[in-house]
Amino acid sequence: MNDLLTMAVVVSALHLAVPLIYPALGGLISERSGVMNIGLEGMMLVGAFTGTAFAYATGSPWLGLLAALAGGLLAGALLAVLCVTLRADQVVAATAINLLGAGLTAAFVPIVWNVDGTSPPVHKLTAWTVPLLADLPGIGVIFSSLTALDYGAFLAALAVWWVLFRTDAGLRLRACGESPEAADSAGVPVLRTRFLAVTMSGAFAAAGGVYLSLVSIGLFQASMTQGRGYLALAAMIFGKWRVWPALLACLLFGLADAVQLRLQIASTLFPSELLLALPYLLALLALATFVGRASAPAAVGRPFART
Amino acid sequence: MAAIRLIGVTKTYGQVRANDDVHLTVEAGSVHGLLGENGAGKSTLMKILFGMTRPDAGSVEVDGVPVRLRSSADAVTAGIGMVQQHFSLVESYTVTENLVLGRSPGGPLRRLTHRLDLDGAAQQVTEMSDRFGFRIDPHARVSTLAVGARQRVEILKALWSGTRILILDEPTAALAPPEAAELFTVLRRLRDDGTTIILISHKMPEVFDLCDRVSVLRDGRVVGHRDLGPAHADESARRRLEAELVRLMIGRDQPERPHRPGEPGEPVLVARNLGGGRLHPTDLTVHAGEILGVAGVEGNGQTELVELLVGVRRADSGTIELDGHDVTRTGPGVRLRHGLAHIAEDRHTAAVAERMSIAANTALGFTDTPPLARGRWWLSAKRTARLADALIRRHAVRAGTTSDPVTSLSGGNQQKLVVGRELARAPRLMLAVQPTRGLDVGAAGAVHEALLALRDAGAGVLLVSLDLTEVMSVSDRIIVLSGGRIVGETPARDADPDLLGIWMTGARPTEAAA
Repeated sequence: MNDLLTMAVVVSALHLAVPLIYPALGGLISERSGVMNIGLEGMMLVGAFTGTAFAYATGSPWLGLLAALAGGLLAGALLAVLCVTLRADQVVAATAINLLGAGLTAAFVPIVWNVDGTSPPVHKLTAWTVPLLADLPGIGVIFSSLTALDYGAFLAALAVWWVLFRTDAGLRLRACGESPEAADSAGVPVLRTRFLAVTMSGAFAAAGGVYLSLVSIGLFQASMTQGRGYLALAAMIFGKWRVWPALLACLLFGLADAVQLRLQIASTLFPSELLLALPYLLALLALATFVGRASAPAAVGRPFART
Repeated sequence: MAAIRLIGVTKTYGQVRANDDVHLTVEAGSVHGLLGENGAGKSTLMKILFGMTRPDAGSVEVDGVPVRLRSSADAVTAGIGMVQQHFSLVESYTVTENLVLGRSPGGPLRRLTHRLDLDGAAQQVTEMSDRFGFRIDPHARVSTLAVGARQRVEILKALWSGTRILILDEPTAALAPPEAAELFTVLRRLRDDGTTIILISHKMPEVFDLCDRVSVLRDGRVVGHRDLGPAHADESARRRLEAELVRLMIGRDQPERPHRPGEPGEPVLVARNLGGGRLHPTDLTVHAGEILGVAGVEGNGQTELVELLVGVRRADSGTIELDGHDVTRTGPGVRLRHGLAHIAEDRHTAAVAERMSIAANTALGFTDTPPLARGRWWLSAKRTARLADALIRRHAVRAGTTSDPVTSLSGGNQQKLVVGRELARAPRLMLAVQPTRGLDVGAAGAVHEALLALRDAGAGVLLVSLDLTEVMSVSDRIIVLSGGRIVGETPARDADPDLLGIWMTGARPTEAAA
């Protein structure tokens, strides 16, 4: 019984980590190309909403997922137009995306469903029981409670790592984030590369958002991301803009969240408000203590234009 | 065979003929030197050759075939590579990654999916490095490399993309002597391997060390070609050639002399043992009623000297006395109050605030004293505007209204405004650094006249300029900076341009100089 309890915490930690992993990867792609992306929160909301709306309309959470990714690409492209093409201030532009994401999705809830704040429930993506692995003693329960989107997060991390650090495309993308002038002189199309990277980061953020609505709770709620976009950004920074450390940071934050939930149920010793703040406190502590300024891509936040 | 042939290349910027009917032939497999003073048109010519700018007239042939160089990519395709003074390397990448960047074959899909063969590339880098003596570790991060090594990486990068004709723009400007020696070893081996090298320089010793042939540019025209072959063996032939090249570079015509000599009085600036950065400890005195000209090739300590005197660079050694006050440990504000004025070399960073209005820029440095400031908290906008208006009229600045942004003025008019502002301080010591840069002949004459008037009124002037003619025509006394030291001093009326040129270029003194 005791054993099952800890496994439950592990499963819960994974469920709480995955919606951080996707946006963290998105932020990583964008920032490695030289564009700061604090708009992940807004893009997550766009994904969560679009996914729910299309799942509601079509009855298929899979179509909802696809729509969410498309919505994320659009949100990412909007940020790219602002930051890359028009060279707007990246903090201001991303803040606009956050406000727009929160505002528009909340406004559309009554338009689409005729209710305020919360959509009716929709079909969720169902967990997939992995043959054989699910029969393992102890850890088997993990392999019967995860969805394709959970496994996808780890595959996505692998793919992002491979492309960024093992291929020519990655070398080019990172050069745009380190020294766009040098990249430009080597014939790399800096603006196009950054545009694509920021657009892609939108899709990743949306995947994290749609996980919340179509896997975690099965409906859309205004502002349901509750700062997870920022938490994912913190995880990425904590991971020093590297894939595996960022993934670990997400898992750590997820675990902190899961433990916090567990403690809320198990004990009345701690005030629940304090427990709720646990992952965020952890993020704050991590950022304040472990990350030096030097680990950020050298040109992040700096718009590029040929002189 | 000719690797490069420039035929009648002409390029005009506004009123200035940067290149005027330039004919130049560079033999394949040779090192060709391009000599000339600042502004003689070397850089423009090389920009044309590297496709960065297009000539108004004339054509370029590479290996006997006419080519159209519309962009740097065209030049690279034609086998031309250029190493500029400003490097373009990704510092956090390794040497190999920098070389491979943007050069891998295949389309976008292949680039996304295929593993980049960095190990294979590193091996090739090692081979190249060994063959030509680059002494570069392919796995080293560029951020850990010294300037000389970074420069060799730039050369490797150029070779990597198939360069057969290599242009080097003042490659030793930022190098210490041992690094320069390493560079020359590499360049010689490249030449022996068949690479054609064009070396832009104004350092006489390195030109004689390395070049097979030189061309001299002055005022945008080629004024002579010389074969350096004979000079390599024969010392006296070398000295004769050096003197000849210096004369070609600077021009024979004697610069105009100051119409009236000054009457030096008490010292207004005394620098003792002053050193910092590239400037070795130096003694320097400027008297009231005197214009001291500082001549020299760019990057020989002038910038450091000026920064030390203005107070934006901390002195490594020595003291500065301004009009009797020790200001060594003070900032620019205190020095301004003690009578310093400064016409800055780089207008954009040090003389004007580009986003602010003409009036605001006029008020810079006057904001804490009457008449513009009345008390501590109040700056009179009306008086500021009035001052700006007065300056605009007195110095014939072509401007709209004083509330327009300063960038609405042309470069020359901005410079006039700055000069006017600094003169308005009624300084004890004027630091004039390239004060006539960007001005046409008439306006330049007016600035010179103003500096002479300032001197006659009893102020000291330190004039730093890369234009030898300017230094000779305005100064009372001239010093030459080379390698961060004062290598020569002469009263302006006895100054011999040949001798100054020899001091400036670090050439060895000829009999005439001794």
